[in-house]
Amino acid sequence: MAEALSLLRSYRRLVGAKIRSDWQYRASFLLFLLSQTAITALDLVVIVVLFDVVPSIGGWDITEVAVLYGLSGLSFGLGDLFISQVETIAVHVRQGEFDRFLLRPLPTIMQLSATEFALRRIGRTVPGAATLVVALVAADVDWTVGRILLVPVTVASGTAIFGAVWVVTASISFWTVGAREVANSFTYGGGFAHQYPLHVYARWVRTLLGWIVPMAFVAYVPAVRLLDAPNPLGLPDWLAYAPPFVAVASVVVARAVWAAGIRAYQSTGS
Amino acid sequence: MTRDDQPVILCDGLAKSFTVRHPAGLLRRRRAEVVAVDGVSFTVGAGEMVGYLGPNGAGKSTTIKMITGILTPSGGRVETLGLTPIRQRTELARRIGVVFGQRTQLWWDLPLADSFELLHHVYRTGRRRHDENLAAFVDLLGMGPFLATPVRQLSLGQRMRGELTAALLHDPALVVLDEPTIGLDVVSKQAVRDFLVALNRDRGTTVLLTTHDLDDVERLCERMMIIDHGHVIHDGGVAAFKTAYGTHRTVVVDLVEPAPPLEVKATTVTGVDGPRQWLSFDRRQTTAAEVVARIVAVAAVHDLSIEEPEIEDLVRRVYTGLAADPASPG
Repeated sequence: MAEALSLLRSYRRLVGAKIRSDWQYRASFLLFLLSQTAITALDLVVIVVLFDVVPSIGGWDITEVAVLYGLSGLSFGLGDLFISQVETIAVHVRQGEFDRFLLRPLPTIMQLSATEFALRRIGRTVPGAATLVVALVAADVDWTVGRILLVPVTVASGTAIFGAVWVVTASISFWTVGAREVANSFTYGGGFAHQYPLHVYARWVRTLLGWIVPMAFVAYVPAVRLLDAPNPLGLPDWLAYAPPFVAVASVVVARAVWAAGIRAYQSTGS
Repeated sequence: MTRDDQPVILCDGLAKSFTVRHPAGLLRRRRAEVVAVDGVSFTVGAGEMVGYLGPNGAGKSTTIKMITGILTPSGGRVETLGLTPIRQRTELARRIGVVFGQRTQLWWDLPLADSFELLHHVYRTGRRRHDENLAAFVDLLGMGPFLATPVRQLSLGQRMRGELTAALLHDPALVVLDEPTIGLDVVSKQAVRDFLVALNRDRGTTVLLTTHDLDDVERLCERMMIIDHGHVIHDGGVAAFKTAYGTHRTVVVDLVEPAPPLEVKATTVTGVDGPRQWLSFDRRQTTAAEVVARIVAVAAVHDLSIEEPEIEDLVRRVYTGLAADPASPG
């Protein structure tokens, strides 16, 4: 525990240093912040336009889909802010700079997250967070203690699941460079897909992006329970409490894959 | 944990080979095994300062990467400060300092002082020890005037002083330097060398450095290792190296007037430039005094000096396989 706190302090310092560095180029920082917010909010515009044409998607109305958007958008944004930096591993490996991370007494993922931290990405969390709050207020939710707790637990689990997916896909770079596009189709593609109810997709998409890559637990599964929304897949109630466990399992798998990647790097060299 | 009798670095039959893939046809690729380090064995004791030399691609960096925990050996054994480098990566990282001359470990956009403060948090060194070390290094390396300058605006010499400090603030027992003086001007080079000598003398820090600059080795190290094609081909004192390989001396004579190459017993004329001639001799066969006496007996000499072999030339001879006893000098 003391070790974890001490690591957290180191992390905070390193992130602080990166923010100070970036702040020297503040015009570009602010421009990026705005554009990231705007681009992320575009998905929301698409949803609104869609509901102007159809009354419901897969039996879910606009507030219900907005909750989905909020949950997956916020989790994705937080994962993007804290973990997506692992993607840059490809560049570090190619330029031989990964060595420096191995020479420091801190976990490598933590070092990457801190040295490539980009505060402007916080813009990607804003539309999700705002929508989530508005939609939850607007939706007809029967609030119980369990349901109130479900919201932060879901966001935390979702962030961890997205982070795990990022780590696994970024690990590919240890074996082969140039796999980033494949990786992005899971992270960014997954983030987008889960703005809509899972049951509207074909079975193979559901299986792949919902259960194998367990992103169904980021928003859809808890939202069904939270909103008492139409549930054509017949998911059991208890499944809504699975996200934290799925998150822990994902993190365990991601760490193992990352560690294997580092071992491959260490045996092939730069 | 490090006992006095325990070597700081222990390599035993250390080997590393890489698999490289060449395209062979559209999709198929041929695999080839490249041996970078081929059975290297040596130990470095506490407080030693060792120069590690070799031509490019000889396996210097690969050895260093195995010692510091970046690469896994494909054969043999390596122990650094009694630890297994890869398996005990973070523990080892806390106890060694590494400087790669061509790569920075400083924060590019921040003042130099900020990098040092951040490293205090990375290594989680005690506050007092950190402050004491920092004050000492700032003083020794004369960094006061540029502590507040962003790293990207520092000259190479200033930056290198920062890199050294960055690698040493956490009191490592071993510091590994890869080309620490590359590209530096004379003044900075001297500052870096003086600093390393002081570090070794005052703190007993073990130093392993690779370099192409043999001045570094002559001035800093008592021991040098030369690696070529993945093998250690020389390991011993710098003086012993010169004795073993530097068997030839050259007498430079300025004659009163130009003459054809002099014929003097046990010498070879290796150059003629007007009245100046270079005569090389093997000091195992004759002495400088004898050679000088013989020259004076056959020619009218205006001036005369004896050249010691340059360590560069000796190492070049070793690299090119001319070995200890070349048939003809030069």
